[in-house]
Amino acid sequence: MPDWLAAALITLLKAFLVAFALLTTFAYMTLVERKLLARMQIRYGPNRVGPMGLLQPLADAIKSIFKEDVNVTLADKLVYTLAPIVAIGMALSAFGGLPAGPENSLFGEDPWVYNLNAGILALLALTSMGVYGIFLGGWASGSKYPILGGLRSSAQMISYELGMGISLLGLLMLVGTTSFQGIVLWQAQNGWLILFQSLGFALFLLSAFAETNRTPFDLPEAEQEIVAGYLTEYSAIKWALFQMAEYVNMITASAVMSTLFFGGWKGPQFLNGIIPGISEWPIIWLVVKIAFFLFLFIWVRATLPRLRYDQLMRFGWKLVLPVALANTMVTAAFLAYRGSGGLWFLAVLSLAGLVALLVLSDRVRSLWNTPTIRREDEAVLPRTRPAGGD
Amino acid sequence: MGAERGKNIEQYANFVIMLLIGIGIGVLAVVVSAILGPKKASRTKLMAYESGNDPEHGGVGTGQRFPVHFYLVAMLFIVFDIETAFFYPLAVAYQKLVPFAFFEALTFVLLLLVGYVYVLKKKVLEWA
Repeated sequence: MPDWLAAALITLLKAFLVAFALLTTFAYMTLVERKLLARMQIRYGPNRVGPMGLLQPLADAIKSIFKEDVNVTLADKLVYTLAPIVAIGMALSAFGGLPAGPENSLFGEDPWVYNLNAGILALLALTSMGVYGIFLGGWASGSKYPILGGLRSSAQMISYELGMGISLLGLLMLVGTTSFQGIVLWQAQNGWLILFQSLGFALFLLSAFAETNRTPFDLPEAEQEIVAGYLTEYSAIKWALFQMAEYVNMITASAVMSTLFFGGWKGPQFLNGIIPGISEWPIIWLVVKIAFFLFLFIWVRATLPRLRYDQLMRFGWKLVLPVALANTMVTAAFLAYRGSGGLWFLAVLSLAGLVALLVLSDRVRSLWNTPTIRREDEAVLPRTRPAGGD
Repeated sequence: MGAERGKNIEQYANFVIMLLIGIGIGVLAVVVSAILGPKKASRTKLMAYESGNDPEHGGVGTGQRFPVHFYLVAMLFIVFDIETAFFYPLAVAYQKLVPFAFFEALTFVLLLLVGYVYVLKKKVLEWA
């Protein structure tokens, strides 16, 4: 067997494994999400199918495969079928570029499927392609609610993609490479990038929530809004594929945040004193970090109310975009004129920006702004006891 | 250099393999579901969702029109995404080009800010 064929077969196997792992994680994510939401609302989640409800994802999968696959009359048949395939294809392949350990650490192979030197660009390109799946799915359904939902969803996703791309620029200036492996190695030497780019991380986190259509930005597919957005006319496995794509995107976003800002697959160095080499163990650290972010996604869903559509777009264009640009320029100025100052000064700057953002936000401002009583309200209140009576 | 380049091309091949697997899983799921599911279509079942009525201005190509806002947002996205595309190479090579690159970046951002402020003043980003 020639060398290139062996290498291709190994890649094929790894790609299968990644896709399989993502789909299993998706299935159990739905269960974990339902259970956690339930616990946060002081009730039990699914606990009937199998021990602790562990077979629930399997039952759901079987159900959605054996459901009738309805193709509505007004639908554009080809695009209607292709859209969920595009969505899931792009979502699955975006994950393969993220390194889960050092070179040759997966039984002598590299723990990633592909390692492009333009890693971040490839990732952003794939997430852009995901928008096609959602918009074309809405358009092809041939009914007005899905079209509106698809339009709104794609407008939201491209708006926040902009913020996502720009909030990474400061980080790229610091590390000087777009390959994920390079970024992880930079962090191993200089410390986690969350320290130096906390403002960039906050913006990236917000954009990631909007990118994956999660609460508080989930109105494209919220049942109370325009029916259920682009999903209205979908049934059986095609509907499940869209859901799958959303959850896989969520997992990918968690992994990207861990890789870019939280040291990626490398664990904390100080643990090496207890168990030698533990910070170099592949996969385990990445999984821990992903799990943390997935929990954050669920926690936020249980906590925050949904935004209105105009608020959502305003937030993306008037807050995330300019602040991300400002963050870029501050980082640029620091790198150009830092003199002998170390990176810690950038950390302070970034943190100050984050604090300013938090203090100026509506939620915090309302803490010391007592609600003003307007004159109209006062007129409504009775001034004295009504005359007469007793 | 040659070996490095060969390695890169190999990674792109891997990327294509991953893409094929991702799309293949989608195709497989759709095909399996189409074969296994019951097929009892009826006129009512195939109707578009509209609470039992035939949808008005609903279907593809029936000339339904949408708020121009969506087009504007899409065009603004193209403009600002091109900005990002120009910024990425600068960001990656930035530390080799300072402090000159800082003024380059600043000029570029200021030019774009003029456009951004114009868009703001024209109330393109108001959704009321």
